[in-house]
Amino acid sequence: MGAIKAIMKAIIRGRAYVLGDNIDTDQIIPAQYLMLNPAIPEEYKQLGRHALSGVPEAEGGLPKGHIPFRDPAADGSPYNIIIAGRNFGCGSSREHAPIALNAAGVEAVVAEFYARIFFRNAVNGGYLIPFESEQRLCEEVRTGDEVEIHTADSLLINRTTGDRWKLKPLGEIAPIIEAGGLFAYARQTGMLRS
Amino acid sequence: MGMTITEKILARAAGRSRVSAGETVWVNADILMTHDVCGPGTIGVFYEQFGRHAKVWDPDKVVIIPDHYIFTADQKAHRNVDILRQFVREQGIRYYYDPDFLHGEGMPTPYRDPTKTSYKGVCHIALPEEGHTRPGEVLFGTDSHTCTAGAFGEFATGIGNTEAGFVLGTGKLWLKVPPTMRFVFEGTLPDWLMAKDLILAVIGDIGCDGATYRAMEFAGEGVFSLNIEERMTLCNMVIEAGGKNGVIAPDEKTLEYVRSRNRSGKPFEPVFNDADANFVYEKVFDVRRLEPVVAKPHSPDNRALVSEVKGTPLDRAYIGSCTGGKLTDFRAAARILHGRTVRIDTFIVPATTEIEAALKTEKYNGQTLEEIFLAAGARLGSASCAACLGGPSDTFGRLNAPLTCISATNRNFPGRMGHKDARVFLASPLTVAASAVAGCITDPRDFLC
Ligand code: SF4
Repeated sequence: MGAIKAIMKAIIRGRAYVLGDNIDTDQIIPAQYLMLNPAIPEEYKQLGRHALSGVPEAEGGLPKGHIPFRDPAADGSPYNIIIAGRNFGCGSSREHAPIALNAAGVEAVVAEFYARIFFRNAVNGGYLIPFESEQRLCEEVRTGDEVEIHTADSLLINRTTGDRWKLKPLGEIAPIIEAGGLFAYARQTGMLRS
Repeated sequence: MGMTITEKILARAAGRSRVSAGETVWVNADILMTHDVCGPGTIGVFYEQFGRHAKVWDPDKVVIIPDHYIFTADQKAHRNVDILRQFVREQGIRYYYDPDFLHGEGMPTPYRDPTKTSYKGVCHIALPEEGHTRPGEVLFGTDSHTCTAGAFGEFATGIGNTEAGFVLGTGKLWLKVPPTMRFVFEGTLPDWLMAKDLILAVIGDIGCDGATYRAMEFAGEGVFSLNIEERMTLCNMVIEAGGKNGVIAPDEKTLEYVRSRNRSGKPFEPVFNDADANFVYEKVFDVRRLEPVVAKPHSPDNRALVSEVKGTPLDRAYIGSCTGGKLTDFRAAARILHGRTVRIDTFIVPATTEIEAALKTEKYNGQTLEEIFLAAGARLGSASCAACLGGPSDTFGRLNAPLTCISATNRNFPGRMGHKDARVFLASPLTVAASAVAGCITDPRDFLC
């Protein structure tokens, strides 16, 4: 498949794209693209081209808004870390959502908390690392800021402003992410024969 | 400490005598359901991980129900149905409900007679109709509204493609046992109030994330006096509060429905809360004090009483989906639409072909429901998800422009029914029908009392 597996790097570095609360999976990947079959590599990539295209313009790229996640002319998005508010990924169970973000180059999301199915899909599919913040970072970080996530210390550093924020430890999902998703984890732990 | 229904079902499925909330357990699936949107990806994961010649863990426990993108000219949507067809052949899966259109260019022709097709329509309603829901079982589905089946006293939850691919190969999945929130409705519903009003009131109370990682149980006279379809509406929308599953203890109505549909004759064992079961939350509602409710744009928890938004102008009304496209929903709409005409474009989409067939035979005041709707000036679609989730631009009823719509469906996030700038109010089928007649948001009591 076209997946670039999320890797537990020591430091994930890049530019932040900031969103608000309740970003549902219809906004992450609108339903008119769900006939794309992620099991086909070309269609997996195409999902990335429509990532976050359902977010209303005024709410994309906070605090100002009206900043598209992707430049339609360029390939890929300049942003690889998403900072969001509460309940990220609510709504439909479509795995197309974390896949679209993965295909667009997103390595991590930092939200206050996630809707359950999106969170499981992100982890079990190994598409991206869903961190939870202790503070409301979507009101602190600005779209375009250079940020770094130090995975072992659960720390987010904003290189643009110098701010540092503690993130919640990944806890029981860490071994699944480290393994590369549900199947790899099940093989490592003997649940599945390799 | 005793166990809740959800804990008991998961304990049995994990082969344990007890489990408690917060524990992570591996459970055995009784049924895995998938459809045309998530099936192809799931099948891809399954073959990639288990090998091209792998076999599913139990072909009789896999149920495949295409329903989302059926009546569209989109070639990829047709191809996805072909992927399901091929998988079903390779795996010897018998519970597959084919849309029986021929592969080709353009819009497929709907079946002429809804009683003569193997196609069913919306998966969450087709599952119980076809006898795939039983008390005490574990149902996984690649769709967030899989929680609907909690109305049958089972554990039912939505999962992703990777997880579903894993279940296809192993029959198992890891789960964290959820604590249970309990919602008790006292009294019986007046005839202008529906289950949809109850669940919108609950979601408005606890918010879109109020039940994240939790089970939601519905109980009380107000729930047990409801028929099975209305109970399904309650459980259907627990996902809109972030819930993992919804559940209602089975009673005689449940058992009668399940027995009459359980064609495979598979035995089942109902489970109930222990007297000393532990709930993380309990709230009692007096249904006599509730009023018709809407969820305003753009979130299902953006609650308002109909009386507060009365008169809001509308462009369109929509009655359909797994939430609002059941026979009970259409019987309710017919009570208002009978002998009246709609002022705005009104779309009626039965969830399944069984319901579609019933619209032609069920009568209200001497007319069939279909006659009532057509005489009122509404447009009738074929059974499927249709505009509930927008879909391809040629989808029946899709909001292709920034219109204001009142809908009996379950979600009103931006873009859910099509256009990003469309505004969707969620309401009961009674409120939608009353609003369609008036052309603005209207209290059903204005027509019924
Ligand atoms: S009717 Fe709507 S909510 Fe129900 S399964 Fe179809 S798309 Fe999902």
